[in-house]
Amino acid sequence: MSLSKTDVEKIAHLARISLSADDIPRYAENLSNILDLVEEMNQVETAHITPMAHPLEAIARLRDDTVTETDQRVAFQNIAPQVEAGLYLVPKVIE
Amino acid sequence: MEWETVIGLEIHAQLATKSKIFSAAATEYGAAPNTQACAIDLGLPGVLPVLNAEAVNMATKFGLAVGANVAKRSVFARKNYFYPDLPKGYQISQFELPIVERGETEVELDGDTKVIGITRAHLEEDAGKSLHEDFSGMSGIDLNRAGTPLLEIVSEPDMRSAKEAIAYMKKIHSIVRYLEICDGNMQEGSFRCDANVSVRPKGQKEFGTRAELKNLNSFRFVERAINFEVDRQIDLIESGGTVLQETRLYDADKGETRPMRSKEEANDYRYFPDPDLLPVILDDTFIESIRATLPELPDEKKHRFIKDYELSTYDAGVLTSSRELAHYYEALVKGVGSNPKLCANWMMGDLAASLNKNNLDINDSPVTADILAGMLKRIEDKTISGKIAKQVFEALWAGEGDADAIIEAKGLKQVTDSGAIEAVVDDIISNNPKQVEDYRGGKDKLFGFFVGQVMKATKGKANPAQVNELLKKKL
Repeated sequence: MSLSKTDVEKIAHLARISLSADDIPRYAENLSNILDLVEEMNQVETAHITPMAHPLEAIARLRDDTVTETDQRVAFQNIAPQVEAGLYLVPKVIE
Repeated sequence: MEWETVIGLEIHAQLATKSKIFSAAATEYGAAPNTQACAIDLGLPGVLPVLNAEAVNMATKFGLAVGANVAKRSVFARKNYFYPDLPKGYQISQFELPIVERGETEVELDGDTKVIGITRAHLEEDAGKSLHEDFSGMSGIDLNRAGTPLLEIVSEPDMRSAKEAIAYMKKIHSIVRYLEICDGNMQEGSFRCDANVSVRPKGQKEFGTRAELKNLNSFRFVERAINFEVDRQIDLIESGGTVLQETRLYDADKGETRPMRSKEEANDYRYFPDPDLLPVILDDTFIESIRATLPELPDEKKHRFIKDYELSTYDAGVLTSSRELAHYYEALVKGVGSNPKLCANWMMGDLAASLNKNNLDINDSPVTADILAGMLKRIEDKTISGKIAKQVFEALWAGEGDADAIIEAKGLKQVTDSGAIEAVVDDIISNNPKQVEDYRGGKDKLFGFFVGQVMKATKGKANPAQVNELLKKKL
């Protein structure tokens, strides 16, 4: 399986990773190798095996529905780049 | 060409837990921005989500209420996309193994019953809110809602008109409110809906290409948006175009749908099991213990109302559409002690009209079931006529006391003393010789005139049956 330049660009965009044009062939090769390995694993007969959801043989422990968190807004907003009126400010999302 | 509409709905019901689905922060609506967003909701490094047991209980209740399979093993997955109100860069949801699968519910439309399939219902966390106005060119983010538990209920593409879609949506609304797992408040966004809409030539088996409509936050908008979209797709195809698979936003001001800009759209979510969360395992003992807590559901209640109170399917449907209405009705019937049909008529007539006019819920009605029962008893024992009762009802609504006090104070007691009525009838006959002559000459319609005159003279208090009888005898 060989990934094209556009595939790599799309994956980079989805992950919000910026790649330089020079890096793309190297990533295309590395990612293609990974997919080849996946392809190899795909040949194993797995029809009767329950897909693994978690590597630990354990099940979820649930918590009671009680509110124990207190308002820590001041502390959290001290480490935020920009805040106003209690809101976190970010670059405008819709133009 | 004749076209058929195909609709499937995705309903998001906000679960009425006290704390969030994966954190112990409060879910209360309307708090100051970001005061209910803890480190987990903010997605700070090093935090671990822990699932809220009540969210699982509520999802299980819903599954059982729609006759679905409640999964013994369900798995949380990460749905990956970037948006500032989603601080982790992924939403925790369920993908391949949802907690509820394959249920169904009946909807009633114009006297016909139709079964709508429910493909699945899964647990997930809500995102925060983006505020786009007025922050010197920036967007403001409030993460109070982030992490609020949602149950996403996905229907089969079983609906064939906007009206069916609304009937289904109202049914789900009623079920989640009966179960008390969601407050159903659409203004506050606790109950929202996306609609998948496509059209196909009538008779064709394959579905047409669908558009997903978002931003439908009232029953009326759902209906309008679907109808607009159906017309748009048919016009497009008939003029030689093709429908694109895309997400469209409903613009309530313009009454139209428009495509979301591609930047707002992200449809490559790269789901994978969330390594922070272990599979949720439920056993039969748990599922049965939840089943034991289920209340009487809307359909069961409706059928019981039809059977016990001899109501029409329509009346029973209206009166069981919410638990509160049904409760009021049963208290009313009990209070009156007879004539359940009269009780239904008053609730769906004058009471419903007054509630609507004043924008009140049945729970906030100034006329309680007890008070209304007091008046209906007086109709039943013929102290007042149905017509006079409307006057009494208005006084009850205005808080002028109970029915007996109002009837007494206003002198509204029905006149059933036949001597008294006879005197009035004699008066009317002797004062209107011309009409009497015409009537006897064959103008039958004039009978109504005489009834009207007697009623006027008695201020509506004469017993109508007696008036009719006496007039017939004397004319």
